[in-house]
Order: sequence, then C-alpha cells, then structure tokens
Amino acid sequence: MLKTLKKNYLIFLPIAFIAVIAQVDKYDQLTTSGTFGAAIRLAIPICLAGLGGMFSERSGVVNIGLEGMMIMGTWFGAWAAWMYGPWYGILAGIIGGAMFGLIHAVGTVTFQVDHIVSGVAINILAAGVARFLNVVAYADQPTQSATQSPRIDGEVGDFTLPYLSGGGETPSLFGYLQDLDLPFLSDFAGLLLGATSNLSYISIFALTLIPIAAWTLWSTPFGLQMRSVGELPTGSESLGVNVYLMKYIGVMISGGFAGLAGAYLVLESSGIYREGQTAGRGFIGLASMIFGNYKPLGIFMGSGLFGYADALQLRSDDAVHGLLVLISLILLIISIKQIIEKKYLSASISIMLCLGFLIWFLNSETVPSEFVYFTPHITTLIVLSSASQKLRMPKKVGQPYRKGELN
Amino acid sequence: MKLSLRFTSLLAPVFALIVAFGLSTLMLYLIGEDPIETFKIMYDYGKSGKSIVSILNRSVPLYISAVAVAVGFKMGLFNIGVESQYLMGSLLSAALGAAVALPSILHISLIIFVAILSSALWAAIAGYLKVKKGVHEVISTIMLNYIGTGIIAYLLANIFFEKVELSTTAPQTDLLPESARIPSLNAFLGIEDLPNLHGFIIGAVLVGILYYWIVWKTSLGFDLRATGSSPMAAKFSGANPGKLTIFAMMISGGFAGLIGIAPLTGYFFKYTTDFPSGLGFAGITVALLGRNHPIGMAFGAILLSFLERSAQILDLYDVPKEIEKIMQAVIVLSVVVAYEVVKRYVTNRQIKEASKVVSNA
Repeated sequence: MLKTLKKNYLIFLPIAFIAVIAQVDKYDQLTTSGTFGAAIRLAIPICLAGLGGMFSERSGVVNIGLEGMMIMGTWFGAWAAWMYGPWYGILAGIIGGAMFGLIHAVGTVTFQVDHIVSGVAINILAAGVARFLNVVAYADQPTQSATQSPRIDGEVGDFTLPYLSGGGETPSLFGYLQDLDLPFLSDFAGLLLGATSNLSYISIFALTLIPIAAWTLWSTPFGLQMRSVGELPTGSESLGVNVYLMKYIGVMISGGFAGLAGAYLVLESSGIYREGQTAGRGFIGLASMIFGNYKPLGIFMGSGLFGYADALQLRSDDAVHGLLVLISLILLIISIKQIIEKKYLSASISIMLCLGFLIWFLNSETVPSEFVYFTPHITTLIVLSSASQKLRMPKKVGQPYRKGELN
Repeated sequence: MKLSLRFTSLLAPVFALIVAFGLSTLMLYLIGEDPIETFKIMYDYGKSGKSIVSILNRSVPLYISAVAVAVGFKMGLFNIGVESQYLMGSLLSAALGAAVALPSILHISLIIFVAILSSALWAAIAGYLKVKKGVHEVISTIMLNYIGTGIIAYLLANIFFEKVELSTTAPQTDLLPESARIPSLNAFLGIEDLPNLHGFIIGAVLVGILYYWIVWKTSLGFDLRATGSSPMAAKFSGANPGKLTIFAMMISGGFAGLIGIAPLTGYFFKYTTDFPSGLGFAGITVALLGRNHPIGMAFGAILLSFLERSAQILDLYDVPKEIEKIMQAVIVLSVVVAYEVVKRYVTNRQIKEASKVVSNA
C-alpha cells in the first residue's frame, strides 16, 4: 500500500491537495456532486475516443484521425437523432465513425500511407464532409445554417441509484452526507453522488463498454489475435491470423468508438450539432490513451482527469483559481525532488515557477476566462509530460506491414 | 530512367485531381446539381483578372504556411501547431509594429523579425516537450493551439487594447503606421485597374528559395533529412537528434511567423479578432499536396486558392459552395494514396531492372 502511494505520488498528492483546497468556501465547487457529475459526462466522450484509439493502436495502426471520426459521429448522430430519435442517433454516430475508420484502414493498411499523414487527411476530410452535409441536409429548414443543426428533441431518460443517491422517491444517503458539510467526508460523498445520480442511459451504455472492451481484447481469442498483430505481425501471419483483416477490424472499431463519442457529445451535452464542438477531444482521448498506457482502466482514469478539468472550466471560474495553489504546491514537490537528486538548475526553475504561481494566486481573485477555457488542454500537456516516459506501446504500432514480408 | 521516374511522380497529382473531380461530380449529381455547369461557372469566375489577383494574394500566406509544415515533415516531425504559431507571431508583431516609429525598411524588418522570433519560440515548446519529456509533437502542438488561442485572446483584449466603456468595438491592436506597410505591386506591373496585388508575394518566392536552400543545400538540412528518413543512421553519422528536433521545430515555427506578414502589412494593418485564421491547417493540406517540394507546394497553394475563390460564386447559383471543402479534402486524400502507389510501382520496377542487369552480367 505504502509502496504504491510512494510510486504514484504524482497522482495521489494532487488529489489530496484538491480535497484540502476544497475546504475553503470559495473553492468548494472543486468537489461538489455537480462538478463530479459534469466531470463524468465530459469524461465519457474522451474515454470512448481513448478506447477507440486503443483498438486501433493495439492492432498496430496509429489513429490521429480520431478527431475526424468523432466529427462524423457528431454530425451523423445529430442528423439521425433529429430525424428518427436519440437511439438512432447513437447508431448513426457509430456507423459514421466506422465509415471513416474504414477509409483510414484502406489508406494505412492496403496502401500503406504514413499513418499520421492519413490521419491528418481524415481530419481534413471529416471537417469538409460535415460542413457540406450540413448545408445539404438542412437546406429546407427555417433555421438553416452551415455550421449548426436544428435542435434535437426526445429524451433518452436517466437513472439515479435508489436509497444511496435518491433515485425514485427514496431518500438520498450521499446527498445527506454532502449537505452535512463535514471536511473530506462530504467531498467524498459528493464524488459518489455525482457518479451515481442522473446518469443517462447513454452514459450507462458507454460505461459498460469499458469492461466489454477490456474483456474483448484480453480474454478472447479474437482480442489476442488483434494484439498480436500490433506486436508481431509476421509471427501472427505464420500462425494463420489474417493480419490485414485484423487491422481493418481494429481501425473500424476504433472509428465506431470515436463516432459514438461524437454522438454522445451531441445528445448528452448540447442537444445540437455545432461545428467545432469536438474541440480537440479526439486528441485529448488519444492523450488519455497514452497516459493510460494503452489499457482500458488507465484510459478511464486519464479521461476522468481530463473530464474533471473540463468540468471545472465549465462550472466555476473560482475553482480554477483554486487550481493555481495546486500547481504551485506540485511545483514545490517537484523542486524538492530535484534538489534531492542534485539537479540544481531545474530545481531553481521549478522554485521560480512555484513562486510565480503563488504570487499570481495571491494577487488575483479569478483566473481570466480566456485561460479557464484551456484548462483541459494544459492539463493534458502537463500530465503527458510527467507520465510519458514509463510507457510501453505496442511494438509495431505505426509501422506499415506488407503481407509476406520478413520482419 | 531518372526522367521517367520524375514523369511517373507527376502522374500522382494528376490522378488525384481526376479522382477528386470524379467524386465531386458524383456528389453534385447526388444533390441534384448539374456538375459540368457548376465546374464551368467556377472556372469562368476563377479566371477573371480580379479573381487572379485575389487567388495570388490568398496563395501567399498559404504557401508560406505549407513551407512551415514541410520543414517539419522533412524531419519526420508533424507540426500541427502552425496555426497558433503564426497567430502568436502576428499578434505580437502587430502590437510592437504599431508602437514604434522607424524608417520604412527598418520598420518592416523589425515586424518580420519579431514575428519570426515569437512564432519560433512558441514552436520550441513542442520541440522541448518531445525531446525532454517524450510527448508526441502531434498532441503537444494541438494542445498548444488551444492554449495559444486562449493566450492570444487574453493578450488582445486586456493588454494590447484599451476597453472603452459602452463601446462595442471588437478588441484590436492599433493601426500600423504608413512606414510599416508593404506597398502593392500594381503600379509596378501596370495593372492599376485591378485590386491590389500584395507586394509580399516576392517574400513568398524568397521563402520558397530559402526553404530549398536550407533543406537541400546546407549540412543542417542534410542532417534534418537524414534524421527524417533514418534516425538511427543519422545518429551514427554524428547528428544530435534531440537538438535537431528542437531546431527543426523552431525553423518550422520561424517560417510560420511569416504567414501573417502578408495580411498584416498588406491589407489588415492590425490584429483583430477576425484576422485570417485556419491558414495553419490549410498549410498541412498544401504541404501534403505538393509533397514538400518548393515548386509543388506553390502549385498546391494556387490550386487551393483557386478552388476557394471560384467557389464563392456558387452561392449566386444556389449550389452549396461547401462542395469546395470536400474537393480539397478528397484531393489531399487521393494524392497521398496516389503517391504511395506510384512509389511502390517505381520501386518494383527498379528492383526488376536491377535484377535484369545482374542476371545479364
């Protein structure tokens, strides 16, 4: 126990700090059930994109096109939901994403185009196709616009855990604990309440996909074959695995996940398709996959982190102000570590940054809204730069494979 | 042999264009428009004198953006962050340019210098993160795009612009003085009856030459290309990949700084919230299209500008002008695939010819 704590102090310490900072009234939004609920809703699309990235990269194909596939998910999801209802939107989103996955697979597997080049091209194509389809599909609507869809009606319905979180007409234990305003206990109750109340059925569907994805990749022959293709395609070929087919399936599943993530964004948070609403979440999903070391649980944790940052950004500028102390504290720890390791130059830089953030915190009431907006993106950068080095990626990811070649 | 190789690699873009036109025709047909009529309208509008000037003006920043992306590509680096790099450079150089008074040549040089420097430093962050922290540059540059957008919005609204109570003016920097503006070429070329052809088009040509010189004629360029095609071999030949990565990022960012010069000193004269954006992403398209070749990219930039300009007329004919976005994207995708197919074909033929020589000997 102590060993894991020591090893992952960069994860646990910030959590502890957040809990402490949240005791100050001004920053209590850091740990309310509302914030955690929003965090989960924002984490799910990132997590789905990350899982998508995992399927693709496990089969050996780098998928920078996740963002584009997600854009397709938003457009097709919104269109089908508007025409037929939300669940059709989900289905259409998955299909739209998978179609673009197919294009990526044709490019990278059959024609062996550089994976990143193909991915970038996919992103460009998706943006163009979404814009075009939007103009064509809603041409005779009164609210016609090149960048938006009409509003989508129809509810999916949601679910709240009875007794613990007050589903139906039952009392809510977590809600009671949160309202007691006890230090730490109430914060934790807030976390649980946020995670178990007003979860839409789409969210539940998305969350169940996480264990299913893990089970598929690690406990079925199909999953073993898929992973082997990313590690050693020549070996898999010699054992009779159809390498090309596996890669095609992997990339298409990847597109399906990204498309679902896009449809989720439309149906859960905005109720409308808007150009640019993915706002780099496909890439953040990719980042959460890297952070999560290409494993479902890690991806879930990573996306939870980014979702939390996103939720703070949306819900409360004050809470983001509280994060300044957090950054300052973390920098202090890093500088102490650097002094112990006798890296004096880096340590002095860290201390200066630490003081800078502290001064900024003390001399301001809020963080400018322009800065609040990129909280999730800068979190992504910071997290990746402290985590990247210990990762193990699939061995042959990003390398073209031609049938019958010798390693 | 050499000549026929060149010839076959020309086939790729031609093939891609045919595919793109084919697909767009299909698309137009599906939505019930007459494809041939549409293309004819676009072509007729695009070849007028006014349009040609507009196309050339558009292609200048586009070309420079493509060069910025291509420098990275040459070393196997994907600088997706050109977007925020050039906006950062444009904002800072616009603010500084409006604040000083200097003789014209010095003034323009100062603006260019500041733009290059600030964009290069912003790009260097991604290089540093890649080398020291192992963060892939695609992710870091994309995140830096969002972060840069936020910082720019903050700087523009709070530092470089004084808010006036009850005024609805959008945030903007002060206007550049006359001495900081690059004149148009119209008087020089004797085309006074047409819209202004911006003078920085000469700058774009110089950028192309500079790019060619750096990448193909200097030892730095050799190291860059060597690292791009075979990192291991380059390392053994004595190149320092870490340093090179940061350096390549900075060169790429430096070129990116020049993207904003033409709009800034040519027709905007200030940085506002509607300063042209999206050029960084369009540059990726052009670089892929022109295969990182200085002349290929020039054709790519002009082609894209032509499509963009000529699509403007379609609104009048009730054809969705967004068809142009699809054409662009399809051209890129098919050009990428076509190059790969041609490359494979050429390699196969070389292998066959080589084995023929061997068996004859």
